[in-house]
Amino acid sequence: MSDHEYTPKSKVGKWFNDRLPLLTLANHLTEYPTPKNLNYWWTFGGILTFCLITQIVTGLVLAMHYIAHADMAFDSVEHIMRDVNYGWLIRYIHANGASMFFLAVYIHIFRSLFYGSYKAPREIIWIIGIIIYLLMMAAAFMGYVLPWGQMSFWGATVITNLFSAIPLVGEGIVTWLWGGYSVDNPTLTRFFTLHYLIPFLILGLVVLHIWALHVPGNNNPVGIDIKKPSKDTVPFHPYIVIKDGFALLMFMIVFAFFVFYTPNILGHADNYIEADPLVTPAHIVPEWYLLPFYAILRSVPDKLLGVVAMLSAILILAALPWLDTSKIRSAVFRPLYKQFYWILVADVLILGYVGAMPAEGLYLLIARIATAYYFLHFLVILPVLGFKEKTLPTPLSITEPILGGSTNLAVAKNKESLNN
Amino acid sequence: MKNFFRVLILSIFFIGFQFNTHAAEKVEYLKTDWSFKGLFGKFDRGSLQRGYQVYTEVCSSCHSMKYLSYRNLAEKGGPEFTELQAKAIAASFEVTDGPNADGDMFTRPGKLSDKFVMPYENVKAAQAANGGAYPPDMSVLVKARGGGVDYIYSLLQGYEDPPVGVTLDDGVYYNKYMYGNKIKMANQLSDDLVEYADGTRATVEQMSKDVTTFLMWAAEPHLESRHRMGFKAIVYLIILTVLVYFSMKRIWSRIETKV
Repeated sequence: MSDHEYTPKSKVGKWFNDRLPLLTLANHLTEYPTPKNLNYWWTFGGILTFCLITQIVTGLVLAMHYIAHADMAFDSVEHIMRDVNYGWLIRYIHANGASMFFLAVYIHIFRSLFYGSYKAPREIIWIIGIIIYLLMMAAAFMGYVLPWGQMSFWGATVITNLFSAIPLVGEGIVTWLWGGYSVDNPTLTRFFTLHYLIPFLILGLVVLHIWALHVPGNNNPVGIDIKKPSKDTVPFHPYIVIKDGFALLMFMIVFAFFVFYTPNILGHADNYIEADPLVTPAHIVPEWYLLPFYAILRSVPDKLLGVVAMLSAILILAALPWLDTSKIRSAVFRPLYKQFYWILVADVLILGYVGAMPAEGLYLLIARIATAYYFLHFLVILPVLGFKEKTLPTPLSITEPILGGSTNLAVAKNKESLNN
Repeated sequence: MKNFFRVLILSIFFIGFQFNTHAAEKVEYLKTDWSFKGLFGKFDRGSLQRGYQVYTEVCSSCHSMKYLSYRNLAEKGGPEFTELQAKAIAASFEVTDGPNADGDMFTRPGKLSDKFVMPYENVKAAQAANGGAYPPDMSVLVKARGGGVDYIYSLLQGYEDPPVGVTLDDGVYYNKYMYGNKIKMANQLSDDLVEYADGTRATVEQMSKDVTTFLMWAAEPHLESRHRMGFKAIVYLIILTVLVYFSMKRIWSRIETKV
């Protein structure tokens, strides 16, 4: 992984490292040359690692007290909230942690979109990231089912019923998923098992995500390739470690505010009513982080096509490295793309908003327009923009970000060779 | 740094949706000062004890509280009855226990470890006695309703004669805060319905406030320690953040780039 050979100083260290090169790995991670101009949008990778670890640790403790049974799940959650020592704290961290996780992942994804981090040679990092995101959604959805409240039950019913849209085998698949003829105890126990499994799959993919990142190295706000190590880079430790740590602490303050002062604001009140198969809630809404996709699902009148549209909305992201035809990575040097980027951000926020509203009248119309625009952005605007757009001149290195244009080119090249 | 604040603003915007969705269905609820709101919010002990009295004398004939035990009444952060008082309260209830050595169920006075006695044997019995409507368990009721405490507080005072043109079936009442305005629970509170031991005048408003406070505690029994711990945790995080910020500035001063 590392470009230069590393030899531990101590004899024992050398003996160990020859057999298992953990010290080489540790050295690689500390020395890892990182662009020195990374801004705070780049701190969310570290924040996301923190979120994953927090969810796993709190989840393990919750699993020690939770009972995955349709008759006892709701009671066991109340038992955790009342009688388990600091059970309320652990559960509120876990429940709000899911929202914080998604908040961070959306910022992380939109950072990639702005700075073109998904482009060559980082396509594999990006695709692994999309798989992680899909698994996160699955884990979050199944986790929301576990307290066995009204939204758990009816959310599970709505989402699993989507599979019935598949022609011919749909109904059979749904019965197979449920383990019966409706959402019931077998559904709950398998969701619990999968909810326990998926975070460890995510953990494994995170290792691959970081490994794939460390091959080409980080993208940066200027979006140009840089020499590593050089004047443009700093070693990961201590520079990036302390900066990520600072950003993480800021994030934790927001996190703590939710956990301690408004722990239920992101949840739905109906989930404090025990699941009742005979009473359907007035509005069935998913958690906020799934709302944009829920809006896309509901904006298509046909059930099967709605499901296809929703899945495509996520999977289209995996094709992004090839849909975006521009050679320039960073939106800083793409004046037109920059505008379309912010329109896309607004579009997704609007989809999230109408996803929370009843699918009727004006809301439905807005949802349809926003859905159409979402696909238009990826399928038409991005590919065309790469050919039509007049990009701004990019600098040759991070240390000389002002230089550019033909007159300065020779000077800049000269300077760069001097720097190295 | 400037960018980071943009992150924060974006986050708040994102989360703002959730507030919006709740706000959409809301009617203007009656407002009162809740002592348990805010960074240092605590329960008013007197109000909790009076609220318990209203619950036992009025609500508990129909509404269960299955997640509460009599021992909770003496725990810190709750009504904080003395242990003797809580024991006496528990003993005033008949609890079905058993089976004994002969295989028979028997009744005995309640103990601290007993759960609150349920008004009905089962859901069906509760429905049969209430015209088909099941009086919901009140243990987490405050958290199970969109408007929370304000909703419950308003609902208890929201009984009115139906407006012209609205006809009500037998056993259905008009309440301006109820979803759809039709409720199967009759108005339960009237001035001086209970006699408070501490001499507080039992107006409808006072009883509504007390019983709602009690329900809030029942739903969030650890609210006080949550607020206390939250304040300490956030102060600790802020101090640590400031320290880390200056360390970061120091470390990055070796590089020309600003952080």
